Amino acid sequence: MKFTTLLTSAAMALGLASGAMAEDKTKVGFVYVGPVGDGGWTYEHDKGRQAVEKEFGDKVETVFVESVPEGPDAERVMTQMALEGADLIFTTSFGYMDPTINVAKKFPNVKFEHATGYKTADNVSVYSARFYEGRAVQGHIAGKMTKSNIIGYIGSYPIPEVIRGINSAYIHAKKVNPDVEFKIVWAYTWFDPAKEADAATVLIEQGADVILQHTDSTAPQAAAQEAGNVITFGQASDMSEYAPLPRVSSIIDNWAPYYIARTKAVMDGTWTSSNTWDGIGAGMVEIGEISDAVPADVKEEALALKAALADGSYHAFTGPLKKQDGSDWLAEGETADDGTLAGMNFYVEGLEGEIPQ
Amino acid sequence: MDLGQINPVLLVASLMVAATPLLLAAIGELVVEKAGVLNLGVEGMMIVGAISGFAISVETGSPWLGFVAAAIGGAVLSLLFVLLTQFALANQVASGLALTLFGLGFSALIGQSYVGIKPPSMGDIHIPLISDIPVVGPILFQHDPVLYLGIAITAAVWAVLKFTRVGLILRAVGENHDAAHALGYKVIKIRILAIMFGGACAGLGGAYISLIRVPQWTEGMTAGVGWIALALVVFASWKPWRVLLGAYLFGGITVLQLNLQAAGVAIPVEYLAMSPYIITILVLVILSADKSSAPASLGRIFHASH
Repeated sequence: MKFTTLLTSAAMALGLASGAMAEDKTKVGFVYVGPVGDGGWTYEHDKGRQAVEKEFGDKVETVFVESVPEGPDAERVMTQMALEGADLIFTTSFGYMDPTINVAKKFPNVKFEHATGYKTADNVSVYSARFYEGRAVQGHIAGKMTKSNIIGYIGSYPIPEVIRGINSAYIHAKKVNPDVEFKIVWAYTWFDPAKEADAATVLIEQGADVILQHTDSTAPQAAAQEAGNVITFGQASDMSEYAPLPRVSSIIDNWAPYYIARTKAVMDGTWTSSNTWDGIGAGMVEIGEISDAVPADVKEEALALKAALADGSYHAFTGPLKKQDGSDWLAEGETADDGTLAGMNFYVEGLEGEIPQ
Repeated sequence: MDLGQINPVLLVASLMVAATPLLLAAIGELVVEKAGVLNLGVEGMMIVGAISGFAISVETGSPWLGFVAAAIGGAVLSLLFVLLTQFALANQVASGLALTLFGLGFSALIGQSYVGIKPPSMGDIHIPLISDIPVVGPILFQHDPVLYLGIAITAAVWAVLKFTRVGLILRAVGENHDAAHALGYKVIKIRILAIMFGGACAGLGGAYISLIRVPQWTEGMTAGVGWIALALVVFASWKPWRVLLGAYLFGGITVLQLNLQAAGVAIPVEYLAMSPYIITILVLVILSADKSSAPASLGRIFHASH
């Protein structure tokens, strides 16, 4: 032991250390909120991790911990990863925001990447995808397809990310179907198949024939299938096992390119703290195949909307838009700025109910 | 807000479905605790039952065989607990926790190739004539068979514990294992059978989630029902019908609060979300005022030479 220490210091003194260090594998850690087999959110992050391993082969080592609760446990898991020599840690849920900042303070040499948050530091980047662009497309299809004019929405937690999705889907459903009404149920969980199934069943019993979800499992799809005549969309992952009905399309998160780029930056020593928010255009958000259950003309319109969002010719939040209380938000032709979107805590006009505070 | 959107018949029917996994797991644990053993591994046995039931019903195409396999799976896993606590005389609390952790990991391992598969449907029983009665029909006579099985097991456990010699012996073992031993009863054997019964019930409860309530396989899908079952047994003061009441209350308020949310009732959602826990605990605490009947030997290790 002592001998090796001696050798190492000798090597350092001789300036050979940098050469030796380069041989080291870059260690990348991932902290997941659900199990990798959830078929949704965590499943896609883990595909990103596998893509990193495939890209760099022997030069990286990845580790992950799944089903980490958002709280003190998360801090413990991150600390452990940092102590075990991780160079870069991706923390992939909104609730990990403060734990990530806390742990990052203690390990200034480790780089952290927090998904869907807004707090940054010298060694903490944030990244997210503009899921609301995908939800605009879903809203369009939902508004066209609903016969009962009641659309059910399963929310996870009342955070800006989720509220943005509800607003975006509602605006675009309303645009094509002025009679449409949204029923929103908060599940207070990201992943609990039994609860998600119950929520979907309740919404269907109360007349919804379209279910949108912002939770991670495929339980709502199963409930919709059971009920028949109800359509759903894949969330975070394609969920194509439920196509062509009840799943008629999906939003897919594609994290792989980002994870590869950020790992590369750590390897090259070019990593700096950044704030990334990409959408359909950059390929971070994908629209899963629109199934044959959707009429051809609706499919065409949805694809046109997707194309307009991708090339930037259309913004999902374009005025005129009012807030729920009737106050003006966006004037004719005006588009929302990222700051407002990132902290969105209000419903747009027409949505019923209050946002839990 | 429009309460008229909530259909009370559908509400009652779906609360029974939501309550069944909890009921099955809790009634099994009640028997185990009545025999003087505290098995905290309910969650682990449930999730193993969920995957073994799911796997077998997918492979064979028969949900019935799935449920049989789930009961066997739960019982087999409980043998691990038997080995630790009844033969190696290990601490029951630690062994139960270990059982849960093992079950969660083991089920995830087996379940890897079953993600995204749809299980065969069991279908509901529609008894001719009586299931067509308005209101009562959909509530009482249009469910899947396992839901009725849960109620039947509850009734059977109550009857056996209250009226039969077997029940008396089981309770004696739970109250005072030394005295029962002195009378010549096989304490260890009786406890092993009780633990296996608890495992089988927990397995059925898990399979009810993966085969009927959700129905699909995802890791960790029991999501804490096993822990609620453990608490329920205590709050129901070890009485079978109160376990049924507690399970229906919990399931009922869980479903009701989702219904109220969807109907746009102006109660803050946070209160609704915590209401199943609070109301169930409150009601059962009030009910248990008639003094608790916790088995006196609960959690204590028995060894004949002591």
